[in-house]
Amino acid sequence: MRLGLVIDLDTCVGCHACATACKEWNASAITAPLSDYDPYGKEPSGVWFNRIRHYEVGEYPNNKTINFPMSCMHCENAECVTVCPTGASYKRPEDGIVLVDQDKCMGCNYCSWACPYGARELDRESGTMKKCTLCVDRIYDETLPVEERQPACVLACPAHARMFGDLDDVDSAASRAVRERAGYGLMPEMNYHPTNQYLPPRTRAAIPTHDLARPSLARKVKEWVNRVVER
Amino acid sequence: MNPSLAVIFLTLFSGAGFGLMVSTIIVNDFQIDGGLSPLRTAISVVLALLLVTVGMISSTAHLANPKNAWRAFSRWRTSWLAREGIFAVLFYPITIAYLGWVFFTNSDRDIVSLALGNVAAIVALITIFCQGMIYACLRTIRQWHTPLVPANFYALGLALGMTILATIRLLVGGPSLILVSSAGALLIAAAVMKGIYYFWIGRPSGTTLQSATGFSGGRVRLLDQGHTFGTFLTREFSNSITPARAARFKLAVYVVGFIVPTVVLLLGAHMALGILVLIAPLSAFVGIGLERYLFFVEAQHVVNLYHGRAPQSMPAMHPALKAHAEAQAKQGRLVPSYDKR
Repeated sequence: MRLGLVIDLDTCVGCHACATACKEWNASAITAPLSDYDPYGKEPSGVWFNRIRHYEVGEYPNNKTINFPMSCMHCENAECVTVCPTGASYKRPEDGIVLVDQDKCMGCNYCSWACPYGARELDRESGTMKKCTLCVDRIYDETLPVEERQPACVLACPAHARMFGDLDDVDSAASRAVRERAGYGLMPEMNYHPTNQYLPPRTRAAIPTHDLARPSLARKVKEWVNRVVER
Repeated sequence: MNPSLAVIFLTLFSGAGFGLMVSTIIVNDFQIDGGLSPLRTAISVVLALLLVTVGMISSTAHLANPKNAWRAFSRWRTSWLAREGIFAVLFYPITIAYLGWVFFTNSDRDIVSLALGNVAAIVALITIFCQGMIYACLRTIRQWHTPLVPANFYALGLALGMTILATIRLLVGGPSLILVSSAGALLIAAAVMKGIYYFWIGRPSGTTLQSATGFSGGRVRLLDQGHTFGTFLTREFSNSITPARAARFKLAVYVVGFIVPTVVLLLGAHMALGILVLIAPLSAFVGIGLERYLFFVEAQHVVNLYHGRAPQSMPAMHPALKAHAEAQAKQGRLVPSYDKR
């Protein structure tokens, strides 16, 4: 079994709901707490397992905004595990989930150096490395209804852009989506063989703008005012 | 990468300590310039142990949770960091046994001291290799993922060790010509090796934001990095240095780290410099310390790409190709897209 996420870059709206749901669940889950530094101050920062970046791909007018969520890829060739000197980092043979044993970690940061995806973050409060657990404490919880035995990020996504499943099972919805939509892993040249896969955006023609009516003078003034007046 | 003093001191001082131990044993094995007397051998070995200890203690300052440091030897089958720890710890009992034997029997030429000394030197050599491999095995950092890294660690550690031995000989008197020449040759070899490394990392290559996001067909530009202030990733990985500043630092590395020590040692071999000869090892330590700072700050982790940062030493397009593309564009031909920087 090789559990992982499939992320649909076509439908992701970049709302960060997955990241906040992840933070909420994991703040009290097996590697809790996820420390925040200066949360209400001038420079808020903290530990997150899921980060969303936003990119523009292509040149105008054939450009597109891509919202890009990234968390642990639970790589098959997880070098974060092999470089760990203490044995705190491990990959579960039964389902491929990469975890950090908080009782063994000495906080040397070496695994975060080995991770090309920036999935590992040191918690300065506990002095240990933390990372996405694929909500290992949710997905096997038999007290939850079956449909809720999924990672918090997948349940929270309002656009259904995240899929959770066994990528070794060719009939799982996740595997099927990867097959049908030409899903891909990031940085294949690194040879980490990430389990998480990304579905590329569907190609659509650019929305024509040349036939729009010329804006009225009032609208031009309003737009100019909007540009010059700071919030 | 974050050039933290803990890792700079670890690699600088423990590298010099292991290099000094190896140099001491080579000098005694081959009786270079008459070899070292038992007392001077003991002093060199104590100095080597002190340097290694300073390095090891400063390395624990790098740990966020040092109470688990004792576990760091367990994953030796796969982790170069665990292997380095094991050999560094193994170095102590063998070296202390050698030190005790030489000090108490007042002999450094019998079979026991030869055996103990050479085993300690081999362990020191293996430890330097493991230390280099800690960095060289990381595919995520192009500037480190090269066999030149352990090679440089060897060259610099041995050059520092032999410089210390030559300095001691010049201070206490006695034949010094081969020791000084060896130190000079090792310093020059280390300088050349470092030059090859700087040439190597200056070439643009490796992962780009296009391959990192999978959008190889077009230009990819960061719109928003998704966080308001720094994260662990930006604190740990986003340090960099401008090429102009790096060039000035490299000049300083060559002058302070290699040229000044070589010249001072050569002068010391031919005229009485007295205590001034100490300039050689001090200058070498400062210069190679600067080299180690550059080693960390020039290293660019691939995760920086996701934050829209092209590493300084990795231009979006090679200058020669860029000039060609711009010439083509002037003639109205198709231009490959690249970031205008």
